[in-house]
Parts: sequence; C-alpha cells; structure tokens
Amino acid sequence: MSEAHAEMGFLRKYVFSTDHKIIGIQYGITALVFLFFGFCLMMMMRWQLAYPGEPIPLIGGLLGETRTDRGAMLPNFYNQLGAMHGTIMVFMGIVPLAVGAFGNYFVPLQIGAPDMAFPRLNMASYQAFVIGGVIMLVSFFLPGGAASSGWTSYAPLAVIATTGQTFWLFGMMFLIASSLLGGINFIVTIIHLRAEGLTFFRLPFFVWSQLVTAFLLVLAFPALQAASVMQLMDRLAGTSFFMPSGLVVGGEQIAAVGGGSPLLWQHLFWFLAHPEVYVLILPGMGIVAEVIAVNTRKPLWGYRPMVYSLLFLGFLSFGVWAHHMYMTGMGTTMSTFFQITTMIISIPSVIILTCLVISLWGASIRFPVPMLFALAFLPMFGIGGLTGLPLGLAAPDAFLHDTYYVIGHFHYVVAPGTIFALFAGIYHWWPKITGRQMNEALGKIHFWFSFLFMNGIFMPMMFEGMAGVSRRLFDPTIYVTGEAAHGLTIMTSWSAWGLALAQVPFIINFFWSMRKQEMAEDNPWQATTLEWATPTPPPHGNFPETVVAYSGPYEYSVPGAERDFSPQFIKQEA
Amino acid sequence: MNDPQYGWWLPPQISAHGDDIDLMINIIHWFMLALFVGWSLFIVFCLVRFRERPGHVAVYQPIEARFNRWLEVGVAVAEAAILIAFAMPVWAKVKTLFPINDTNTIIVRVVAEQFKWLFHYPGKDGKFGRTGPEYYADDNPAGLDFDDDDGIDDITVRGMHIPVDTPIIARLVTKDVIHSFKIPVMRITQDVIPGMEIPIWFEARSTGKFQIGCAQLCGLGHYEMKAKFTVESKQDFQRWLDEEHSALGLD
Repeated sequence: MSEAHAEMGFLRKYVFSTDHKIIGIQYGITALVFLFFGFCLMMMMRWQLAYPGEPIPLIGGLLGETRTDRGAMLPNFYNQLGAMHGTIMVFMGIVPLAVGAFGNYFVPLQIGAPDMAFPRLNMASYQAFVIGGVIMLVSFFLPGGAASSGWTSYAPLAVIATTGQTFWLFGMMFLIASSLLGGINFIVTIIHLRAEGLTFFRLPFFVWSQLVTAFLLVLAFPALQAASVMQLMDRLAGTSFFMPSGLVVGGEQIAAVGGGSPLLWQHLFWFLAHPEVYVLILPGMGIVAEVIAVNTRKPLWGYRPMVYSLLFLGFLSFGVWAHHMYMTGMGTTMSTFFQITTMIISIPSVIILTCLVISLWGASIRFPVPMLFALAFLPMFGIGGLTGLPLGLAAPDAFLHDTYYVIGHFHYVVAPGTIFALFAGIYHWWPKITGRQMNEALGKIHFWFSFLFMNGIFMPMMFEGMAGVSRRLFDPTIYVTGEAAHGLTIMTSWSAWGLALAQVPFIINFFWSMRKQEMAEDNPWQATTLEWATPTPPPHGNFPETVVAYSGPYEYSVPGAERDFSPQFIKQEA
Repeated sequence: MNDPQYGWWLPPQISAHGDDIDLMINIIHWFMLALFVGWSLFIVFCLVRFRERPGHVAVYQPIEARFNRWLEVGVAVAEAAILIAFAMPVWAKVKTLFPINDTNTIIVRVVAEQFKWLFHYPGKDGKFGRTGPEYYADDNPAGLDFDDDDGIDDITVRGMHIPVDTPIIARLVTKDVIHSFKIPVMRITQDVIPGMEIPIWFEARSTGKFQIGCAQLCGLGHYEMKAKFTVESKQDFQRWLDEEHSALGLD
C-alpha cells in the first residue's frame, strides 16, 4: 500500500486524483456550485412569477435581447430556466453531492477500506460528471438557448425543440455514464472491501443506503441512457421512436416517418426517474440516521427493520413509475396496479421514519448544528411523503396533477428533506474532512433561517396547488385560479430570496472555518463508526493500521462501559 | 349564474364526479394532518424530555414499542381503505362507465394545438365529418374532409359550450405535441397524446362561465393556452347551437 500512496505533485494529487477523498471533495465542491447556480435560475423565475412582465431588478438588462425584453423575462427564457433548474438540481446537484461526495468520501472510511475498489474508475466518473455539467451550462449560449422542454423532455415537444435539447441529451449521457461508473464502484467496494469483522449487519445505516442507491443507479439509469440515444436519433438521424405519423406543427407537416409513441419516452423516462427519487432521498436518510445515532447517544431503534425497509424500498421503486402517468389515459387495470404498489411503497418509508423518531425515546439528546438539520429532516420529509398520498391515487390526482401541489410535494422531499440531510452531513463530517470545527453560532443562524424560508417557499405551494394553479406557467395570473392565489406566489418568491440570504452565514462559515476555527480532534463527536478511527484529516490510504470491527455500528451508552460510546474499532473488555 | 369564488383552497366544484374527488382529498388531508401532528408532538416531547443534561443518561436497551406496530398497521389499513372504498370505485366510474347508451349524451371532438383549443361539434345531423391530419390547414383547424357531406354542418369554435346535467363525451386529439385538457372546476385532467384519440366523459351540475387550461408544457405559449368553458341551461345551449348553425348559413 505504501508505495501506491507516496507523495505526489499538485496535479496528480488534486486534479487527476484517484484518492476517493479528493474525488469526494471535488464532487462536493462542484455539486455545491451547481446547486447554487440552479438556485439562482429559480430565483429569476420567482421574479417573473411574482411580478409578471416587470423588468428583473439588477440583472434584467444583462441577460440579452434573446432572453429578455427591456429587462423583463421572455417565455422562451422562462421555459429554459424551468427545464435547466430541474435538470441541474437533480442530476448535477443533489445526486453528485449525496452519492459522489458523501458516498465517495465516507463509504470507504466507514467500511475501513483504504480506497474505493476501482480508483481510476472513480476518477473517470468524476470527469464524466464535469463534462456533462459543462455541456449543460454551455447550452445556455446556443442560438435558441438551453433545453426548454421541461426536465422530463417529453416527446414530441423535445424532439422538435432547438439545439439546446441536443446538448441536454449529450449532457445527460455523460451524467448517466458518471453515475453508472460510480454505482458499480460502490457495489463492489461495499461487498468486497469491508474490514475484518464488519459483517453486513454491522454496517452503518449510511453505507446500507449507499449500497441500495448504487443498485438503483446501475439498474435504472440504463433505461434513460437508451432513451436518450433514441431521442437523439429522432432529432438527428430521422428515426421515429417517439414520433407518431401525421403531426402538424405550426401549420407544417412534420416529415417524421411516424409510427412511434410519445408514451414510450414517458415509460422509459419514469422507469429511471422514479427510482431516481429514492436515489435522491436514501443517502439523505442514511446521513440523518448517522447524525441521530451520534447525538442521541444510544443505538438506533430498529436498525434491522430499517435495513429491510431500505431493501424493500429499493426493490419496489422499480414498480411504481407509471403513477406519474395516470393522466395519460392508461386503463383502469394498469392504474389500479400502480395505485396499489404506490400505497405499498409508502409503508417502508413510514417504518424508517418511525424508527428514527422512536430512536429519540430514552435518549440523551445533544443539539449541535448537524443534529438540528437532521431533526428538521424528520417532519419535512414527513410532509413530503404524506403529500405523496393524494398524488399516488388516480382520482385526487385528476385534480392535483401538474399543479403546484406536485411541486410542493417533491420539493418537500428533496429540498427541506434531502438538502437538510446534506447540510447535516456537511456540519457533521466537516471536522473529519478539514480538521477544523465549523462555527456553531453561524451554523445555528443558517439553520433557523433556512428552516423558516424553506417552509415559506413550499407551504404556500401546497395551497396554490389546492387552489388549482398549474405548474410551468410563465404567467399564472392570466387564469382565475392563479389570480386568486397570487398572494401565495408572492410569499413564495420572497421566501426564496430570503433563503438565498440565509445561505450567507453558511458560505462565510465554509471559508472562514477552514482557516480560522480551532483544530478538531480525531473523534470530536465521540462517535462509534470506523471513519472516526482515522487521523484527521485522513491521509492517503486512510488507516495507518488495518482496522478491525469488533461490534455493531451504534454502541452508545452500553451499560457498564467506561464512556457513553464504544467504538466499533476498539475491542471491548468483556 | 353567480360569480364563482376562487381562493387559497379548492376552487368551485360543479362536476357530477367531483364531490367524490373532493371528499377523498379532504379525508386524505385529515388523515395526513393527524399523522403529522401525532409525529410532531412525539418528537417535541422527546426533544424536551430526553435532552442532554447533567445526571441524565441514555438507555441502551431498545424500548418495547408497540405503538409503532399500531402506527404502521394503521397507516396500511387507512391506505387500503381509501384505496378500496374510494380510489378504485371513483376512478372506475370516471374512466369506464361511459354514457354511450344515453341518448342525451353530447359528443364533442377537442382538437389541441400549440397554443389553442378547438371544439368540434357534429352539427344538426349528429354525425362528425371525416377528419384526418392531411386536411389540417389555416382555414380548416379541425382537419375536416370537405368532400364528406357529414361535415358540412359541423361546428368548430374556440370556446367550449355544454348544457348542464347532460353527459358529455369529449374525444381529445392533438395536432402536434402533448397537451393536457384541464378544467379545475370539473376536477378533470387528461393528457392529449399525439397519435391517439382519447375519450373522457363528464357531467356538469350547475351553470357558469369557467376556464379550460393546458396542464402539460407544450412550448412557448403554453401558459396562454386557455379556452372559455361555458355551462348553460339546456335551452340556452340549444339557442347557442342554433345561432352557430345560422352562422354557417345552413338554415
């Protein structure tokens, strides 16, 4: 090992690195930048929604004549922002941060491995991600702009769209390739590189969540990869996978051969995109479980049922995709099947959430910043999950489909849900990554304002949806429903800009704590899992000596033990 | 005709199947609220009761919790009840029990295109003229074959008129991309898929003027793809039809 981990030059060490920790940091920083960028796109949309047709303050004049008219947004640009916000947040923000960054950095550490199983594959995965991301960003500068057919890219609209869509498809191919390489690497790493004594049921819940996520990535993404190639062929090579015959667009007959089906795209897309929902949420649940275990000072309640629920979730997530398609006119037999599977899949989520909540009983709860985010995750994810119920049933969906209710629902899952979990992860593992503590006061300001504004954004959306306001409208006020709910729209927009301000303490903390804060100990939270056995920050190769796992992951407050934590890596005197 | 009231909760409801849908939405939301409040109270209680403080230690042994079983079984039972008692029968009624044998039923062909709706009525003879994508033109937005006599008296308009208390079958087609036929007050959403004709049916319980919107992103003008939706008494509807017929010069 020692030879492979000798000192290296700057480029080899930080840019073309094969060290899982450097790659994790690369993923993390890139993903945070993309997240911020995607957030900025949304803030521009929120201006148009709150004050339709009014010039965008500050930046309206800088966006150019193809995007704005005298500083006011054009519908074409609004559709680009909508499509790219979704794409960037899901494929270039959350997944790379949750899997690429946290998974890469902490899975090998938590299983006591020196690195991922395939370090070069790992590097290739990051590089594919960057290439895909750059293609997506560049597409904004094409004539006609970026993709504008929604993050779902439904055919035929996407097939007849401007060149931005071609870039979107190429970008997606790279992003998918990146996830596939990563997924395979995680599966092999977790199965083969576990430390001695680290049986599957001694794995931290976070590692389990990454394992299931990796399977989802590997099994679901190929469907969209294939579909992307097919859509690209429809656009460039004159095929008609998704194009029926006899289309007339703007008075012109479309020259497609015909015979294809727009519904085929939707099936292929959602066959990926529903498991993708669990890719977005499972690593978040994993992080929350870690943080809750550490800060309750007791073992997680129901670890095994949680793991079984996770496996069941992963398995069943491949059988619910068509609940996104109730309104396409599917028959009642099909919709009954998907309504039943959708109701069933809510049960394991309820079990995991309940186990985390019951874990609080009998605890001795500490409230550092990561714990605040992890605790906030519980009710926020709860709202997100619960509001999925009416959408999962076809009859209420006949009213709620494609309204703001849907937007509120999935954002509650992913924004105050997963993003809070990711913040919990950042604050929790920061001392291990950087060797410094983050500032608690700034962290608390960050948390409380984020909590307030997240709800200020997404709670009004639920009501807007109930009032019947459709999503993806450049100007909802031209409908009676949108006009009546306009107060809610304005509330949402101001909350969104408030949320941007609430990130300022985080950004300050991020840079400031790297230099100025006090040095952290190797195990500052008195935690039990293997990542805390390393020196801080962990050197290339991770563990100076081979680690052995002697016990389960969450041995806190063991009766008769000297301290209230008994790490996995220390043999307890019986 | 009273002015319908719109606000921050469900909009007016005038559909024959809408009460069932609204009832379901309300029941599910009470259920959600109960669960959420229960969870939250438990969490807040734990955070206070089991906070870290001098002399307080965590309990290693897992507690014997029974209520989680009750909760999980309760959620499963509630979901099954909603599914079996409401979701499946309501949806079956909405999607399958087409009033084709009802002689009062009015059939309307709805043609969607970027970014307008067109409503095509069969006219006095009760027969639709032959249509096909090859006939679409600026002066023929419904795509009628002018050689077919059945089509001579067909009415094509940009706003939908229907009589109250009468079953309506709408046959949805699109010329170009996917659109979605949404009438919030009727509690209806139905995607219109290129290459398919999708029928839906509904029945209005009261009169008024409302809006139809497009709920599926269909391009630049998606947001302004709306149409007027007028529900009127049977007499008023007949009068409207007669006026449209005289406008065609057929009387």
